Amino acid sequence: MTEPLLQVSQLTVALPTRSGYHHAVDGLSFAVNAGEVVGLAGESGSGKTIAALSLFGLLPRGARVTGSIRLDGTELLGLGSKQLRAIRGRQIAMVSQDPATALHPILPIGTQLTEHMRHHLGVSKAEARSRAAGLLETVRIPAPEAALRCHPGQFSGGMRQRIAIAVALAAEPRLLVADEPTTALDVTVQAGILRLLDRLCRERGMAVIVITHDLGVMSATASRLCVMYAGRLAEAGPTARLLGSPRHPYTRGLLDALPHPEPGSAPLVPIGGSPPSLGRVPGGCPFHPRCRHARPSCATDRPEPEPIADGHLLACPPDPLRAVP
Amino acid sequence: MSAPVLELSGVAVEYGRRGQRVRAVDGVDLTVARGEVVALVGESGCGKSTLARAAVGLEPLAAGSVTYQGRPVTPLGRRRRPDYLRGLQMVFQDPYESLNPRRKVGEIIADGVRLGGGSRAEGLSRAAELLARVGLPATAADSYPHEFSGGQRQRIAIARTLVARPSCLIADEPISALDASAQAQIANLLGELVADADLGLVLVSHDLSVVRQVADRVAVMYLGRIVEIGDTGTVWGSPRHPYTEALVAAIPRADGAGVLPADLPGDVPDPASPPPGCRFHPRCPLARDSCRELDQRLARVAGREIACHVRSSMSQACSRARP
Repeated sequence: MTEPLLQVSQLTVALPTRSGYHHAVDGLSFAVNAGEVVGLAGESGSGKTIAALSLFGLLPRGARVTGSIRLDGTELLGLGSKQLRAIRGRQIAMVSQDPATALHPILPIGTQLTEHMRHHLGVSKAEARSRAAGLLETVRIPAPEAALRCHPGQFSGGMRQRIAIAVALAAEPRLLVADEPTTALDVTVQAGILRLLDRLCRERGMAVIVITHDLGVMSATASRLCVMYAGRLAEAGPTARLLGSPRHPYTRGLLDALPHPEPGSAPLVPIGGSPPSLGRVPGGCPFHPRCRHARPSCATDRPEPEPIADGHLLACPPDPLRAVP
Repeated sequence: MSAPVLELSGVAVEYGRRGQRVRAVDGVDLTVARGEVVALVGESGCGKSTLARAAVGLEPLAAGSVTYQGRPVTPLGRRRRPDYLRGLQMVFQDPYESLNPRRKVGEIIADGVRLGGGSRAEGLSRAAELLARVGLPATAADSYPHEFSGGQRQRIAIARTLVARPSCLIADEPISALDASAQAQIANLLGELVADADLGLVLVSHDLSVVRQVADRVAVMYLGRIVEIGDTGTVWGSPRHPYTEALVAAIPRADGAGVLPADLPGDVPDPASPPPGCRFHPRCPLARDSCRELDQRLARVAGREIACHVRSSMSQACSRARP
């Protein structure tokens, strides 16, 4: 097997708070191959966005990062700002959650699309403009030539998010990190963007990390899923396997909280309680206070992700959801 | 069925934009009975939030009328709202902005009692009772809103509306700012309140899967009009309007089958210049030439009402063909 495009190993991020440093990401490992979509799932506060920001060296001031992030063989942790600048946008790019703030409000979108094309790819102004128009066409903005001269405020939310994706794609990155790319959007627009990401992966061999709490979005796009809880990996594996027969009680809980596709008025089953806040992560398994299957050992022993099948990792030693033969 | 608690007829709301009048809501009829959840769904810009705001009197009407328990809902102005409207309450989308950050939760809720003529002590005791009702500990009364998570804040906002012993709640995207597990909790809480207190609930949401779970009836809106309305199971199980079909097909399913949701090309047109004829025709896979001219209003088809003359005439043809 070839080396994955991105290999994150034992990533730990500690953020400074008033009461000292606390782990927002704690020993996270995962890999992304070229042309693959990997989903990072979890509730807010599970550390998925912090994990993504650490790829870009964009963590809050004072954050302590340990572990390793290797992109195509290059270690990203410890790079200087100049070296990071050459990688950001060119090798890895990010689409953030909010299309309203991702674009500069008073620059025409043509400028925003061409500036890092010119910077990273060194193409001429005319060449950059024609590529920018091509990108807008890819993300299906009508009349792309005219759109280059428009300002972000002239587009709807869905169009702005597609433009933000076009900006992220401008320098042809090999890895796109999409943080809740469709959360603020309507289902119809969401469907269009999921199809777009899927097509870009197939056509360009681009890898995508999709960060979301919506397992439906994951199901449609990601080939593998990593479910995070309180900064740690709870369960990871092929999407169909994870959603079809989840083994971690937290994954099961997330699925049960989703409305069923079949009609019927069975109430939704929420997970009791709420996720721990930074610095208040319980000892042992962080999920044990909310877990229906918790045992005394769960409060003391810290679970580590262990392989239970091909490509399926589980951080739950009691494994209460194991199918009994 | 009992008399509707809230009745909207021919409601239109206009906004002024650069000298133009834009009709955000154009002639909507809707009724809500006690103990019933009616969901308003549609893409952003379809006018569902404007309609919800008009229903509680936060937007002046350009045409039509809103009545609550048979009496008119007057637009909110400088004068005090008439007392009979206290039972019509609203839950807002963002629990981070709808609660005063500088006041304690107990005080926020107690204010509602004082507005109704009660004392502060009565207010605080009622606050404790209502916090328990929405599943928060009584100690929550002495905390500030920022000490709570999004889901908990939305519970506080709901507790505040319950002070007035409402018989009708309008909730504008009450769960869309929350996490998946908190969404399920709030959706269940709203469902319980409707059943226990015999409330009428108008639920505005773009999250169609939650709507399907809690709503008794669904009204699908497109560009200021209702295009399909009926029982949730009927509308969702076999949508008849092509726009509803597209919405239902666009919902991603967490079944691990890896099927991409279907795409609906195009964007919602500018409500300032709606397309002639059927407003959905530029994006509609069934569109014919006649759709450009005929502006079909709601008509009964297969157990629900739709505004689509192509489907209406098809179903008429079918019923004629049957012996």
